[in-house]
Amino acid sequence: MSNATTLFDKVWDAHVVRHIDDGPDVLFIDRHFIHEVTSPVAFLGLEKRGIPVLYPQRTFATADHNTPTMHQDQPVKDPLSANQLAALSSNAAKWGISLWALGSPKNGIVHVVGPENGITQPGMTIVCGDSHTSTHGAFGCIAFGIGTSEVEMVLSSQCIMQPKPKKMRITINGKLGKGVLPKDVALYMISRITASGATGYFVEYAGEVFENMSMEGRMTVCNMSIEMGARGGMIAPDQTTFDYVNGKEKAPKGEAWDKALAYWKTLKTDEDAVFDKELHFDAADIEPQITYGTNPGLGTGITHQIPKASEVKDGEASYKKSLAYMDFEEGQPLIGKKIDYVFLGSCTNGRIEDFRAFASIVKGKKKADNITAWLVPGSHIVEEQIKAEGILDILNEAGFELRQPGCSACLAMNEDKIPAGKYAVSTSNRNFEGRQGPGARTLLASPYVAAAVAVTGVVTDPRELMTEGAMA
Amino acid sequence: MAYDKFTVLTSTAVPLPIENVDTDQIIPARFLKATERKGFGDNLFRDWRYNSDDTPKKDFVLNNPIYSGKILVGGKNFGSGSSREHAAWAIYDYGFRCVVSSFFADIFKGNSLNIGLLPVTVSETFLDKIFKAIEADPKTEIEVNLPEQTITILATGDQESFDINGYKKHNMLNGFDDIDYLQSAKEDIKAFAEKSLY
Repeated sequence: MSNATTLFDKVWDAHVVRHIDDGPDVLFIDRHFIHEVTSPVAFLGLEKRGIPVLYPQRTFATADHNTPTMHQDQPVKDPLSANQLAALSSNAAKWGISLWALGSPKNGIVHVVGPENGITQPGMTIVCGDSHTSTHGAFGCIAFGIGTSEVEMVLSSQCIMQPKPKKMRITINGKLGKGVLPKDVALYMISRITASGATGYFVEYAGEVFENMSMEGRMTVCNMSIEMGARGGMIAPDQTTFDYVNGKEKAPKGEAWDKALAYWKTLKTDEDAVFDKELHFDAADIEPQITYGTNPGLGTGITHQIPKASEVKDGEASYKKSLAYMDFEEGQPLIGKKIDYVFLGSCTNGRIEDFRAFASIVKGKKKADNITAWLVPGSHIVEEQIKAEGILDILNEAGFELRQPGCSACLAMNEDKIPAGKYAVSTSNRNFEGRQGPGARTLLASPYVAAAVAVTGVVTDPRELMTEGAMA
Repeated sequence: MAYDKFTVLTSTAVPLPIENVDTDQIIPARFLKATERKGFGDNLFRDWRYNSDDTPKKDFVLNNPIYSGKILVGGKNFGSGSSREHAAWAIYDYGFRCVVSSFFADIFKGNSLNIGLLPVTVSETFLDKIFKAIEADPKTEIEVNLPEQTITILATGDQESFDINGYKKHNMLNGFDDIDYLQSAKEDIKAFAEKSLY
């Protein structure tokens, strides 16, 4: 028997406090992120049981789901949103948990601020009451979304009880083509294996495509792991990872850095390690992607037509329901479809590289008259970078405005709701019915595609707008 | 005790033969603004259940008086999407105690077990039999026997066994939850935390 283990095994096994026969492992959690939506009931639970927060210094709170993206200096209008934000603040104060509330210069989307401040570090276990916690897997972390009962569990014991998931590896070798972004890689994988294809698995992404990807790109890919049903996705930490973490505010310094780095360098899958499932794709097969249905698996290359019901893996009834909601037909081309809204932002694509990509396409062009564009940075730090790098000037000259950070129209818990019946091309992660507002119709795509749509008003292949030598 | 004990449940069932029922449909995001865990059942399947003027949609199953019961039967990949536990709360608060499907999303399944809502995974074939039995007679009773780990369509006698983790089964039978267990493991946890790199 080989002792070869996977990256996932190494991180998981290093965090098992107790193993229960025919039961879950008691898994120690290094970092716990909380936000205003899924934490209030957990704090109430603690109070009812009379249990304190065990390690408040391991929990980090930020306000994001409900925050407005305009006039953040003024009181939040929706009383229910204001109430949740107030509950987060009072719970954080009561238990001594650090909080980046609305108005804090460090405030932003939970999965954006964690990495950019060095709270997220290789080899950690990270949980949050938000399914896109899988984002932090980009650093070689076991990171996943949890429910409110589990938030209460982590607050009270710094542990959760989880059966060990099965392991899958997805390998993509080769070089990505022109105009293909990490978001396209994610949407491509999900369309190939369906929205439930990785349920029960934790996925490791391997191969040249991920090795050559920036940390922000890796975060985009890992962020979408949940959209194929996976509990999480992870990428082995390497020099790209270490360079990203080094110097961040909460990253280890000096001797602590050296000690951590020595450990982080051991975090990779051994050559002979065995996965429960292996999938391989070729980078050359991936073109800019777009979704047409009501789950992220219902997507295709942007130049393709909407597939026939007989060609998709979801049940025919569900597929037809999905197309009816979108008011699309089987066989319809996507190129040229008129769009009403463009949303750039979310924990998937609200980072600086996403704004750079968007700006590279719209530079020197004008926003299409039929488009309402909501450009929402993932954090105040991203917002500052957008200004410092001159990206804001490019956007303004093209007729776009920048909003203030938050989850925004990704899930429409604030005022940013796509109206019923309208079509939105969104860089966010979900195209579920009503996700971006009751009756809203969402097409998921990359920042390049969003930018191409924003200047043409219709679904457009961004490669047609990319001049030679432009950022590929 | 965190929730009601689950042993044997015999009930009629409500059929929802749709695949990929995501948690945004079970409880849309705009209803997640409460800071207390109550009243979510009123907005269960809100946008499938009501028109925009709040009148009930006649063709949605929860509005059809011939269907009722404590068991919800859904299509494959039930509960995908957001990790919101509110989805499980809404189903429980509405009055369901058990959800049957051929495939559950992981987080939804975990959330359900944590609050005393039993997710029962059956084969595609058996799921189809349940849908057909309810279609033939909406008063069809289904027995979910947790101690025996069986699900039975009483009218036809069709039966299948289902899997459940032994620890979770013990918790469901007794109404315990993980927090009760973790409180008893605190000394081990503290010792572990002392050695942590982070």
